[in-house]
Amino acid sequence: MSGADGGGRDGAAEARVTRVAGALVEAAPLPAAALYEQVLVGESGLAGEVIRTRGEIAVVQLFEDSDGLELGEPVERTGSTLTAELGPGLLGSVLDGVGRPLELIADETGPFIEPGSSARTLDRERTWAFTPERSAGEEVAPGDVLGHVRETPEIAHQVLVPRDGGGILAGIDGGEYAVDEPIGRMEDGRELTLLRRWPVRRPRPAGERLPADRPFVTGQRVFDLLFPVAEGGSVSVPGGFGTGKTVVEQTLARYGDADVIVYVGCGERGNEMAELLSEFPELEDPRTGRPLMERTVLVVNTSNMPVVAREASVYLGITIAEYYRDMGLRVALLADSISRWAEALREISSRLQEMPGEEGYPTYLADRLGKIYERSGRVRVPGSPERAGALTLITAVSPPGGDFSEPVTQASLRVAGGVWALDSELANQRHYPAVDWETSYSLYEEQTGEWFAGEVAPDWPEVRRDALELLDRERDLREIVNLVGPESLEDDDRLLLEAARMLRELVLAQNAFDPVDAYSPPEKTHLLTSLILDYRRAAADVLEEGVEFVRLKTGPVREAVRRVRQAPEDELDERARRAQELVAEVPRGEPAGGTGKPTDEAPERGDDGEPEPPEEEGGP
Amino acid sequence: MTIPRVHHGVAAARGPLLFLDGTRRAVMGEWAEIETEEGRSLRGQVIEAGREVTVVQVLEETLGLAPGDVEVTLTGRLATAAVGREMLGRVFSGNGVPLDDLPEPAGAESRPLSGRPMNPVRRDRPSDFIETGISVIDGMNTLVRGQKLPVFSGPGLPGLELAARVVEGARIPGDRPFAVIFVALGITERETRRFLDRFRGSDVMTRTTLFLNRAADPTIERLLAPRHALSLAEHLAFDEGMEVLVVSADITHYCEALREISAAREEMPGRRGFPGHMYTDLASLFERAGVVEGRDGSLTQMPVLTMPNDDITHPVPDLTGYITEGQIVLGRELHRRGLFPPVDVLPSLSRLMNAGVGEEKTVADHRAWADQLYAVYSRGRDARETAAIVGEGGLPDEDRRALEFADRFEEAFVHQGEERRTVEESVEIGWGLLRDLPRDDLGRIDDEVWSRHGEGRDRSGAGRTEREDEP
Repeated sequence: MSGADGGGRDGAAEARVTRVAGALVEAAPLPAAALYEQVLVGESGLAGEVIRTRGEIAVVQLFEDSDGLELGEPVERTGSTLTAELGPGLLGSVLDGVGRPLELIADETGPFIEPGSSARTLDRERTWAFTPERSAGEEVAPGDVLGHVRETPEIAHQVLVPRDGGGILAGIDGGEYAVDEPIGRMEDGRELTLLRRWPVRRPRPAGERLPADRPFVTGQRVFDLLFPVAEGGSVSVPGGFGTGKTVVEQTLARYGDADVIVYVGCGERGNEMAELLSEFPELEDPRTGRPLMERTVLVVNTSNMPVVAREASVYLGITIAEYYRDMGLRVALLADSISRWAEALREISSRLQEMPGEEGYPTYLADRLGKIYERSGRVRVPGSPERAGALTLITAVSPPGGDFSEPVTQASLRVAGGVWALDSELANQRHYPAVDWETSYSLYEEQTGEWFAGEVAPDWPEVRRDALELLDRERDLREIVNLVGPESLEDDDRLLLEAARMLRELVLAQNAFDPVDAYSPPEKTHLLTSLILDYRRAAADVLEEGVEFVRLKTGPVREAVRRVRQAPEDELDERARRAQELVAEVPRGEPAGGTGKPTDEAPERGDDGEPEPPEEEGGP
Repeated sequence: MTIPRVHHGVAAARGPLLFLDGTRRAVMGEWAEIETEEGRSLRGQVIEAGREVTVVQVLEETLGLAPGDVEVTLTGRLATAAVGREMLGRVFSGNGVPLDDLPEPAGAESRPLSGRPMNPVRRDRPSDFIETGISVIDGMNTLVRGQKLPVFSGPGLPGLELAARVVEGARIPGDRPFAVIFVALGITERETRRFLDRFRGSDVMTRTTLFLNRAADPTIERLLAPRHALSLAEHLAFDEGMEVLVVSADITHYCEALREISAAREEMPGRRGFPGHMYTDLASLFERAGVVEGRDGSLTQMPVLTMPNDDITHPVPDLTGYITEGQIVLGRELHRRGLFPPVDVLPSLSRLMNAGVGEEKTVADHRAWADQLYAVYSRGRDARETAAIVGEGGLPDEDRRALEFADRFEEAFVHQGEERRTVEESVEIGWGLLRDLPRDDLGRIDDEVWSRHGEGRDRSGAGRTEREDEP
C-alpha cells in the first residue's frame, strides 16, 4: 500500500479487522495510517478513527456500536481526520456526535438508531443565494470575506477564503448554489465552493486575542448581577444531580444574548433533548422575534448513544462555534456535560490499558480539557474586513456524589474564568437557579462592570457590591442565630435578614418556566435589586428614629417588588414607580402589642398593604 | 451471518470468562453454546473477538467447569430476546426461561437484547399520567408515561414492597392497553415465593410479566434480566402500541453484579470498585424509557435501588440520579414511625410532573396544590428542627401551624397503609389538610384557585374530621 490515499486496492493486502473489544477495533495491515485518521470499519462502514498504531496494526476507536462486527471484515482508510462539514445550512440542524443529521438517520433506520449511517452534515440539494463582495482579479488572503449567503433572516453567513487558499481571484459570480457547487475559482485553478471542512480536534486559527469588552448577557439575574461572564469567556457549572445544570444550560440557550448558540448535549437524557427539540422551533428569540431554532445548532449524543461519539461531540460543537466566530459573530457554546466527555476519554484510555491518573482518568485529562477551554475567547479574526468574533464557553460538570474535589471538576476550575457552583441544599429548598453565592465566582466582574455601568445603570458596580455584602452579612448573622436563637438579634440585624431574604427570593431565585420571569433584562435586574437595597436603607433610617422593627410591614414591599418582577413590559414603569414610592414610605403598622407576629415571617401575599388585585400573578 | 464454529477446549477460564485461542472467525456479541464434559449445556456471549484471544462470557454457573474438556460453539447469532404478547401473565427467570412450568414462549418475534438507542429527534415528550395508587407519588411526584423515575430505598426500608404495590396498583386512565413488567434482581428465595404467591392467580397477573432473578442464580444473569424485560417492553410498547411500565428491584444488586464481572475482566475499577462504564451501562437500561413520535404506546421505568448506608452520594444512587428524571426517596424516620410508604417528600422530585398533571390529565390546579403542600410541609419540617432546640413554644404562630401540618400530612397523606387511592382521593386529602390552615398561610395558591377548593366549602371538612379520629 502506498501513498496517503489508502484503501489498499492495488494488489496490496486489504486491511482487515483482527480484534474487537467494545468500542476498540484493531485492524491490519494498515502500516501508513495516520493518527486520528478516519476509517470505515466492516461491511456496514462503521465510522471510526485511528488512535494508535503499532507496526502494521492500527488501533481504531469506533463511533458506533460494534455488536455484530466480525473478524476479517474489511477496514478502509479515508485519508482525512474526523472533519466537520461547515457551510450554510448548519443553523437549525440537529447532529449526532460525528456530524450526521439525526433527522436523516431517522429517515434511514426509523425511530431506533442502527449503526453505519453515511448521512452528511450539509444538504447537497438545497441551494443558497450567494452575493459576492470581491471580484475577479483581486488578490485575496485566507480569512477574507468573499461574499455572503443569507442563511437566516438574521444571519448573513460570511463566505471566507479557505485557510489554505489565498491568491488571485480568477472569477466569482453571484447566484444560486448548492454547497458543493463552484461559486468561483482562483487563478491557479482551485475552485471555490460554499462548503468548508475542518478537522474538529484542531482549533481554527484565531488572530490576536482581544480583551473582553462586554458581558454575555444571560437574562438570569444571579449570573448577570453577581457572576457575569464576559463574551469570549468561559464558565464551568458544577452541580450534583438534581441541582438544575441542564435547566441552566437550556435557559441560556433560550435567553442568552448571542448571534449563534451551539448546544452540545453530551451523554445526557433523551427526554430532555426531546423537550428542547419540540420547544425551540416554536420559541421566539426575545431579541429578534425569530424562532430560536434559527440561531441554534444542536449536537446530540444522549447517554445511551455510542461512547466514543460522545468524546467527539464536544470537538464537533466547538469547531462549528469557531466557524461562526470567524464571521465576526458572537457565539456561545453550551456543553452539557463535560463530565460525560471525560468519562468517554477514561473508557477509551482504560481499554488501551494506559497508566491511569486520578480516579482512573487518563493523565492527560487536564491537558485536553484545558485545550477545549482555550478555544473560547474574543479574537480579531484574520482576514479582511477587520472584524472581531467571540466564542463564549459554558460547560456543565457532573461531579460524582456532588463532590467538587473530583478530577474533572478540579481540572475545570483551574481553566475556567468563572464558576457557577450549583448547590443541592438550595435545590432542595426549590431555590433555582441553585447557584451558591458563597462558592461561585467570576473573574470578569471588572470588565463587564464597566459595560453594565455604561449601558444599564451607572451605579451597577455599587449595587452588585452592596448585594454581595448583604448576602455575606446574612450568612454571618445566620450563624449567630443558629447558635443563640433569633431573640438575641438587634432590630437592624433583623432588617438585614429580611432584606437578604427579599434579595434571595425576589432577585436571585428565578423561575425558568414562568413566561415573564424566565428572562430578566439587566435593567430589570438592576431595578429589583435597587428597590430592595433602597428599602433596607430607608427602613434603617426609620429604625434609627426609634421605630421598632416589628412595626415595619414588609409584606406590601415584597408584593410591590414582586409585581415589578412579574410586570409585562407596558406596565413596568408604572409598577416600578409605585414600588419606589412604597419603599420610600416604609410602610408600618400599629405600635407593638398587636399580633406580635414578627414581620420577617410575613406571608408572601400583601394581605395588609394597599389592595392590589393579584390578577397577573406568575406564581412559582 | 456466519455459520457456527466449534472449539474443543479453551485456553483459560476465569470466573465467568472463557478464553479461546487462535479464533479465525468470531463476531462481536455473538451467542455461544458451551457443552461441559458431564453434558451440561451453558450459554455465553462473545464480549471480545480477536485473532489471538476471543473472550466468551458464560451466562450460567461455571462451577466445576474444566477448560480443557468443554466444547464451545460460536453460533454466529447475536443475542436476542424472545418477545410477544403471549408472555403477559407469565413468569420467567432472568435468563428468559419459564419458571411457571409452562412451555417456552413461542416468541412471535425476537429483538436485540441490548436494544438500539432511540433517535432523539423521534422521541415525543412524555406528557401522560400513570396512576400508581400511591398518594405521595401520584399527588406530589407524578409518574409520567415515558419517564424513568427511580425509588431510592435504604437497607431494611420497604423499597421492594413499594415496588410490588406499584406493580399491583398501577393503572392508566381511559382504556389504553396497559402492561406491567416486574424484574426482581437478586431477591431471596423467600421473597421469590412471596411474589409468586401474591401475583399468581391475582387479576393483575393477566397484564403482568415477572422476570425473577434470584440471589442464588449466576451473577451474570442479573445483567441479562433487565434487558430481557426491556426488550419485551419495547416490543409491547412500540410494536404492539401498549402503555408499558417496567418496575425493577433491586438495581443495587445489578450494579454489584456489574462490578463483579468487571473485576473478572480485570477492568480498571472506579469509585468504590464500580467500573468506570457504569454510567453508560445504567444509561443503556434507563434510556430505553420513552415515547416514540407517531406511535401509540410508551415505555416507563421505575427502578428501585438500595442506598448502602442510606448514602445518596454512593455511586449507585448517584449515577442513577444523573440519568433518571427525578427520584422518590424513602426516609428511615418515617418507616420507624410505621408509616407506609415512608416517602420523604423533600428530596423527592419528578422532573416530568408538570407535563403530566392538570385539568385534562389528573385534576384541576394540581401543580399549585402540590407546590402549596410542599411549601407548608417544608416549613413544618424546618420548624420541627427548630422546635427540637428552642421548644415548640418558641416558634412563631405560623411555624407552629406548619409543624402541626407536617405531622398531619405525614400521617394522613403520606401514610396510606394497605389502601389504594385514586389521584382524586389523594388530592382531596391534601385539600382537606390545607383547609385547616388560615388562608394567609397559603401563599402559593391564588384566590381564583382557592375559590374552587377552599372557600365555600365547610372549613371543618375532611381534614378536621380526621383529626378527631386521632388518639
